[in-house]
This record gives sequence, C-alpha cells and structure tokens, in this order.
Amino acid sequence: MAELPQAVRGFGVTFATIFKKVVTEQYPEQAAKFPPKPRYHGRHQLNRWADGLEKCIGCELCAWACPADAIFVQGADNQEGDRHSPGERYGRVYQINYLRCIFCGLCIEACPTRALTMTNEFELADNNRADLIYEKQDLLTPLLPGMLAPPHEMVPGTTDTDYYANKITGAVPEQAVQVDAEQVAP
Amino acid sequence: MGLEEALPSGVLLTTVEKVAGYARKGSLWPATFGLACCAIEMMASGGARYDLARFGMEVFRASPRQADLMIVAGRVSQKMAPVLRQVYDQMPGPKWVLAMGVCASSGGMFNNYAIVQGVDHVVPVDIYLPGCPPRPEMLIDAILKLHDQIQDTKLGVNRKAEIRALESAALTAPATLEMKGLLR
Repeated sequence: MAELPQAVRGFGVTFATIFKKVVTEQYPEQAAKFPPKPRYHGRHQLNRWADGLEKCIGCELCAWACPADAIFVQGADNQEGDRHSPGERYGRVYQINYLRCIFCGLCIEACPTRALTMTNEFELADNNRADLIYEKQDLLTPLLPGMLAPPHEMVPGTTDTDYYANKITGAVPEQAVQVDAEQVAP
Repeated sequence: MGLEEALPSGVLLTTVEKVAGYARKGSLWPATFGLACCAIEMMASGGARYDLARFGMEVFRASPRQADLMIVAGRVSQKMAPVLRQVYDQMPGPKWVLAMGVCASSGGMFNNYAIVQGVDHVVPVDIYLPGCPPRPEMLIDAILKLHDQIQDTKLGVNRKAEIRALESAALTAPATLEMKGLLR
C-alpha cells in the first residue's frame, strides 16, 4: 500500500480529536460541576460559637499578619449588657479590603480562636472600590438554628475558658430572654 | 448616532439600546495588555479549558485600534502608566476597562512608590476584580458582570443624560479625605 500524502495524514489528528473528551469547563452554566478544591482560598468568614456569640476577640493578629495591609480591626471591651464575644474584648470594627487582599491565608494562620476562616466563594468582582471593602456584617456567618444574635450574655455558669474548650453546645433559654428584653427596651 | 438623536426617547430607542447592547457584549474584543502574573491566568482563560470564545472574546487583539476592552492584568508601574493611557486613548469608543487582580485595582500588596495605586488613577475602570491572581473562573465572572453592564448601557440622548447625571454625582460626592466614619 502506498504511503498517504503528508497533508492527508495530518487530518488524522483532527479526526482523532473528534472522539476525545471535551476539556472545556462550562463555567457559569455548570459551575456546580467544577467547584474549587475544598481548601481553596476564597472570601473570608467570621465564625460564631454554638450560641451565636462571635469568636473574634479583636486582637488584631490577622491585621498584623497581613502582608498587604488589607485588614483593619478595632477591638472594644465587652460591657455589661453589651456582650458580643466571650471574654474581655470583641472586634467592634472588622474590615477586609478585597482590592488589597491576596488570599494568602496568613490571617487564618494567625487567628488564635479560629474566628477567621476562608470560604470557597470567589465571585467577588464589583464596579466600584468602596463596595469591595467588606464590613463585619458582610463577613459574619449567618445564624444557624440554635444560635442567638449577639449582644447577649454567655451561657449561665460558664466562663470564656469553656467557650475556648468548645464545651458550649447551643444557646439556652436564659439567653433568649436577654435578647428579647434588649429588643423591647429601646 | 444620528437617527437616535433625532428621535424622541421612547419605545424605539429602548429597543435599539437592547439590540446594540446585545451586539456590543456579544463580540467584546480584549486588547492584549498583560503586565504580570495575572496575564498567565488571562491566557488560561483564553485557552481550551476555560475558553473565552464561548462569549465571543477569544481574539486578544494586538492592536488597540481593534479592541473594545482593556484587561489590565498585573501591576502598573509609574513608568508604564503613560503607556497604559496611550493604549487606552488609541482604542476606539465605546470602550471598557477591566482592572484584573488586586495590583491593577488598588496597588495590592505593592504599596510603594514604584506602583500606581490602582489604574483608576490613569483610566476610568468599569469593573474591579480582586484576587492574586484571580482564577480564570473569577475573570469570566467579572467579564459576565461587565456584559450585564454593557447590556444596560444607554444610547444617544439617554446616554448623554446618563453621563451628565454620573458627572454631577461624582462632583458632589465627598472626597476620600472628607469621608468620616469607620472607613479607613
């Protein structure tokens, strides 16, 4: 059998490609089929304890660890009747500038209470700079069932050490009474 | 845009706007303007796996005269800024700018004298994309958000009124220095 001409043999590659698997990810349409890896560094979130109190203690270690100076934290003291986290202090102001953040995760390593972790969310693009500075209310996780929105007191009979030892399983009725009273008062 | 200006703004113009928006977003050709590591992700977006050709954007034009969108991919040094502006000026309107990555958007981690702290000091930016570098999905997401913006762009007299309203709003808006409150 005579050799096929080079030009015709070249089409063999084209023909064989028809039977190959398509590598294109149909991103917006089938985004769920191609999720990022579980440990992907996406948008941050501020976690809560099981009763709804915030884990952030306003220590600013994340801001100090940040190589891009993207995080701004201002702590404040927990007052009687105005408690946001167990222990002495909480993060009153928490801002992450996503136009500076490089998603390196050093803030997560620095956090002593695992208050700051990262999600897999990455669709952050926006048309102005101000909206890309995420405030505390944008970063806090939503309240799960069994959680109460702070400010409220700690679970009666416990200290902050019990919180850090992860002994709190959920909000108790006494805390709910406090939250209701605060909502009625002003 | 002679016809639209002669007509009163109404049903006809809004239909024309929709058609024009659809045509504009359907063949948005980016200019090749990769400056740093973000350009690698931009090239990956154009490749087979992410395939920007699905949105009619596979042709990265080497000439700004044939481009509609400038994807500023990477940090812009002070020395590059006039070049960036020249490339932008050479693009024919309507044109859009996408600041890809934190360096182009705000200077990112390079908060120093060598880097322009955000390309919006040099050119008007339509969409900011965080990430260092953003993955191709993030770029595609930003592009799709820009497509929505382009689809809603007005034409003729409506566009002029829109520009006037935006100008006056920008003039009365407080400068960053005058902003009070928690924003640093």
